[in-house]
Amino acid sequence: MEKFTVHTGLVVPLDRANVDTDAIIPKQYLKSIKRTGFGPTLFDDWRYTEPGEPGMDHSKRAVNQDFVLNFPRYAGASILIARENFGCGSSREHAVWALDDYGIRAVIAPSFADIFFNNSFKSGLLPIYLDASIVDRLFKEVEANQGYQLTIDLAAQHVITPSGEKLAFEIDAFRKFCLLNGLDDIGLTLQHASDIQAYESKRKQTAPWLFN
Amino acid sequence: MAGKTLYDKVWDAHVVRQEADGTCLLYIDRHLVHEVTSPQAFEGLKMAKRQPWRTASMVAVPDHNIPTKDLDQGITDPVSRLQVETLHENCRDFGVTEFNIGDPRQGIVHVMGPEQGAILPGMTVVCGDSHTSTHGALGALAHGIGTSEVEHVMATQCLIQKKMKNMRVNVNGKVGKGVTAKDIVLAIIGEIGTAGGTGYAIEFAGEAIRDLSIEGRMTVCNMAIEGGARAGMIAVDDTTLEYVKGRPYAPKAEQWEAAVSAWRDLHSDADAVFDYEVNLDAASIKPQVTWGTSPEMVLAVDGIVPDPAKEADPVKANSIRAALKYMGLEANTPIDQVQVDKVFIGSCTNSRIEDLRAAAEVAKGRKLASNIKLAMVVPGSGLVKRQAEQEGLDKIFLAAGFEWREPGCSMCLAMNADRLEPGERCASTSNRNFEGRQGQGGRTHLVSPAMAAAAAVTGHFVDVRQL
Repeated sequence: MEKFTVHTGLVVPLDRANVDTDAIIPKQYLKSIKRTGFGPTLFDDWRYTEPGEPGMDHSKRAVNQDFVLNFPRYAGASILIARENFGCGSSREHAVWALDDYGIRAVIAPSFADIFFNNSFKSGLLPIYLDASIVDRLFKEVEANQGYQLTIDLAAQHVITPSGEKLAFEIDAFRKFCLLNGLDDIGLTLQHASDIQAYESKRKQTAPWLFN
Repeated sequence: MAGKTLYDKVWDAHVVRQEADGTCLLYIDRHLVHEVTSPQAFEGLKMAKRQPWRTASMVAVPDHNIPTKDLDQGITDPVSRLQVETLHENCRDFGVTEFNIGDPRQGIVHVMGPEQGAILPGMTVVCGDSHTSTHGALGALAHGIGTSEVEHVMATQCLIQKKMKNMRVNVNGKVGKGVTAKDIVLAIIGEIGTAGGTGYAIEFAGEAIRDLSIEGRMTVCNMAIEGGARAGMIAVDDTTLEYVKGRPYAPKAEQWEAAVSAWRDLHSDADAVFDYEVNLDAASIKPQVTWGTSPEMVLAVDGIVPDPAKEADPVKANSIRAALKYMGLEANTPIDQVQVDKVFIGSCTNSRIEDLRAAAEVAKGRKLASNIKLAMVVPGSGLVKRQAEQEGLDKIFLAAGFEWREPGCSMCLAMNADRLEPGERCASTSNRNFEGRQGQGGRTHLVSPAMAAAAAVTGHFVDVRQL
């Protein structure tokens, strides 16, 4: 997994609440057996004016000029801001892979759906929740200022605005540690293999029907 | 010290270790696997030269990509076929039990699991699928996970997880005739909102919940995620035990007796404390119909589509405006005046035998309305299909003009050939009315099986109680 330490990037505002994972990556692309290549079909139904299917050359499809990701001023954005309950719906991690593959490193919203939030950390995408009023202000600043960038300092837990203002955010100590170091969960958990084995042997005595 | 909630009890029994910040390793008893969210996880194992920790905990079934007709021709879409074949190869390589196409046990993973007794009370259950919450109906702690977590559970038998908060939703009193589990859960989501359960495990309780069969309870827990909660749960009672007893994976003989005595404790203690509690009056719940593009955008069948001009919160007003536009609806339209083009009866929410019986009861002796282009019934598994055919339900549906299909996820999410065309409006017994969910540009209204059948025979939404 890619480390996340300090990141500075262009911000794109997606002014919608309840952005669901079906919208982030539509179902037809979930047929892939790979983890990569989902970037061109991120927000597919909103981003293009014609339907898409796996295997198409997406660079040749007609784009929806009214969709914010297609505005020239947001080309190359790596930080997405959105409204409440971002990532609701299906557990598809493909949603995170699509954002990541597109080049998004962090999503800032007032709240996230649990599964999406959890999935994000597994691919080094940082979901940051800030107070709704602060997110609202970021929307206004982004829209008013072309080339608006934010800096995210994970170690310090700060989102830093162009004026130098530091917006503090919260994150679990364990998740922060894994992101800062780009650590693989499985390797970490297997360091506790003896604990898992001990739990299992005890449990086999008290609830043997779970091991049939 | 306060008593424990049902969630506390199952959680506490599965903690392997806990870190200082509250992060736990939670032991997983049952891992359900389907073809869409597992290939990258199996690949990860292979690349790291890891073996599954406990293969016997895994049960796999292809469901999302399975065609619901002309199965003898196989899967014609090569991308879908590769995904289903990849599951089969992975199961073979790692020795995982799989119910493949052609096996009567094949079906939607959340129908197959309980049907086989693979889900037991008090278990921790995961699947790379958000509707894993379904299995909380049996007093299990079950929730959906992403593919990285699928790989993590395969490799370690554990999830890295922090404990969620406790919410209880009490549905007090009895529902009226014609009001089903689906109406109850849609009414709950209308009340708490689509993010109301975020960060919580929800226990559904109260007389109206206890009165439900296990199948009805599965419908309710299935949609916990649509209220934002990864897990929904219901206390174990005699109904639970009767459901589980005798199923292929269920314990037998003395082990059954020992299990039952342990399972009897799977309820919240009388003095348990919940972080949040919601009460609904069952008698006031009417048949429900969603009007918008989020499950919280729901109305009683006698309701009218909302008007953004009357919404003070600008973010919500924007959401209403966007939903009206997408759904092709005018504000203030009575929902029972809305005509539908297609009807879908199926999905992990509503494809079990009781769902099909309820729909057949409405369809019996009636015909599809002339404006209905397609009405399809997709049983949840091969065994549900067989049972329905033994009861003659297929004949009733066919006589009314419905199509009787093979089991799978089908038009709930349209990964196979079953889908809506742009602008088509569907009465659907599935769980999500998101934009494009049933096909790009498709318009989904979530309803109960009886309400879907009623829409099929009248051509529009109608209060099934007045049919």
